Amino acid sequence: MGIFKHLLDKRLLTLVSFLLIAACLSGCAERDRQKPEVLVWHWMTDRDPAFEELTERYKNQTGVKVKFELYAPSDAYSQKVIAAAQAGTLPDIFSILGERRIFASFIIAGHITCLTSQMNADNNAWRNELFSNALAVNEFSTANQYGVKAGIYGVPLDTMNIQLLYNKDLFKKAGLDPDLPPVSWQEFIEAGRALTAAGIPGLVSGWGEIWMIDCFASNLAWNLMGKDKIIATIKGEVPYTDPDWITVLSLFKEMADTGMLAKGMITMVNKDAEQAFANNRAAFAFNGSWCVNVYRGMNPNLNYATMMFPRLSDEHPVVIWGGAGASFMVNQRSNNKEKAIEFLKWITAKQQQVYLAQTTNNLPSNKDSLSAIAPSLRQFADDMDKTVHPSLLPAGEHPLVIEAFDKGIQSIIIGESSPREIAERVQRVKDRERR
Amino acid sequence: MKPTDRSQVKFKPGILQNYLFILPAVLIFSVFYIYPFAKTFQLSLCQWDGIMPTTVFVGFANFKNVIFRNTAYWWQSMGNAGYITLIALTLQNLLALALAMACDRAIKSGNFYRVIFFIPPVLSEVVVGLVWKWIYNGDYGLLNYWLSQIGLSGLTRTWLADPKIALTAVAITHSWKGFGWGFIILLAGLQTIPRQLYEAARVDGANAWEIFKRITAPLMVPVFALVSILTVLGTMQAFVLVISMTGGGPGYHTEVPVTRILASMIASSRFGYACAQGIVFGLVLLVVSMLQMRIGKYAKTD
Repeated sequence: MGIFKHLLDKRLLTLVSFLLIAACLSGCAERDRQKPEVLVWHWMTDRDPAFEELTERYKNQTGVKVKFELYAPSDAYSQKVIAAAQAGTLPDIFSILGERRIFASFIIAGHITCLTSQMNADNNAWRNELFSNALAVNEFSTANQYGVKAGIYGVPLDTMNIQLLYNKDLFKKAGLDPDLPPVSWQEFIEAGRALTAAGIPGLVSGWGEIWMIDCFASNLAWNLMGKDKIIATIKGEVPYTDPDWITVLSLFKEMADTGMLAKGMITMVNKDAEQAFANNRAAFAFNGSWCVNVYRGMNPNLNYATMMFPRLSDEHPVVIWGGAGASFMVNQRSNNKEKAIEFLKWITAKQQQVYLAQTTNNLPSNKDSLSAIAPSLRQFADDMDKTVHPSLLPAGEHPLVIEAFDKGIQSIIIGESSPREIAERVQRVKDRERR
Repeated sequence: MKPTDRSQVKFKPGILQNYLFILPAVLIFSVFYIYPFAKTFQLSLCQWDGIMPTTVFVGFANFKNVIFRNTAYWWQSMGNAGYITLIALTLQNLLALALAMACDRAIKSGNFYRVIFFIPPVLSEVVVGLVWKWIYNGDYGLLNYWLSQIGLSGLTRTWLADPKIALTAVAITHSWKGFGWGFIILLAGLQTIPRQLYEAARVDGANAWEIFKRITAPLMVPVFALVSILTVLGTMQAFVLVISMTGGGPGYHTEVPVTRILASMIASSRFGYACAQGIVFGLVLLVVSMLQMRIGKYAKTD
């Protein structure tokens, strides 16, 4: 009871109140001192230490405190960004992962700043520094199908493309020439047969993540039927039951029949596929340019090279899936918009891009930084002019059609459905969604 | 006692105090349960991509689409979850009951086994999924290795990529992960049965099966009902294991309702449709749970 009496003593209460208020105020002041002026949300675990270093450099140069907050994996990041948009709590700089229509919705909802004037300032100085393919993914043309005002709405931090890679040691082991990778589809299948006969798993890729299947199928379709027919299909003018589409689906069956696909590939995530290739457990890999860093970490002695996607037809050019890797957008409602844009200009400038390319082994978005990249990454860089990206098409396919197509390929690979059955199923979904 | 009129009751300070005491609970329940449910229902009546500030009211069109249109893979996912639940209700709970009965006896190191059996449920589902994915791996998995070692090479396969086996493989992993919960609840139930009943039965010459049939099973009916309801609710909502082991593939063979809801919400940005799927799924679970409770009550009175 004596203690309570003491506690209730007025003088003691005053002292305690004073101390509490002082502590709160000092805490607020501390928080204000530490509060970043520009907040960036990202999902790139491998690049986090490099971002930390760059923010330190930026602070020393400009006095502006930038903070990168990591939210991985990318799925969780996407959900966080969407939830923040709904709650109105987006950071100053963020990324949109996913399809172009999601990007468009963010713009229409007023979450993203148009950067066209900044890009075009000083005779297009900023625009000219960046790879046009990478920038194009962030650009909306006039009269686009989404109803977005024409302009540039994002800044590419790096670029990427997805290629076929082959293991030179396993090629030798199977009696194949490690300096002459297959050029045509037929040679690719023949190489697969030779590898299977030698007991070496052929192709590995994260086809459990269905977008990787979509990239592979996209390369085949572009080479076989060309851009116009693909656009016509998306617009509903050409059905998926067209012989060319059935041929695309049949090529997956051909690979499966050859036995060249690694076991369990259709439920494999890309990380597992990368492990298999890095540990010499598959002769081919279908993977993105980020893999250079991944393979270096997993097996620095891996003897591999990239090869151009095997040619199916001479009628249309061989293309590869690619474009912008990671792009950043500036929050339209940010109070630090100008500072955010200045920071993006700085991070995409040559010096910072060279640093990022050297430390993270990703393809830089700045054209002048290519001289600094590793030889293995250069192979990816050399083919940047052959990249295509679905975002650049004037029309986008319905996500349910894409899902039916990619899951259908899984069914073909496991021998559950024929290419024709899948084509008919995809067309049914397409017809339903068009209605 | 003299009856009091309503106006007197209304202003009685004790009543107000009672309401004040339950106010925090009511507030928490409203904020975290009633409001989200109401919001989900509201969204299920709209077309919304999850980003735009405006929604378009479409009435019950989303429900119509969930139940009658675009239905093949949705009901297949429901069937897949039902299959995993069936395995959990039988294999998982029989294993849990057998182990609980073993630990209920005065066996040596009983506490040690209790801890061991409860380890799987406390492990992260992602970790369990990845470990079992490695066990099932077609190239270097432990399962294929042991099958080869005991001369059953013919049975080796790529377990998670085989459409005939993948769902069963996921269901077995789920049962392994979940049996510990049933074990703990069943063990607690077994320990409430008075020992004298068993002793009296033994004195009367009853064998183990008769003791189980006449004493254990009837007295455990409420516990069985509880365990089965929890199993159904937990298993039908399985998600993390599926995502970490197969991602719903190959094809749609291991898709479950939650993966389909997520696909609608994230992959195709149909938030309203996804909310309608969630409500339909919730109603299915409600009906199943009510049926189970009815069966439990019937078994108890019988």
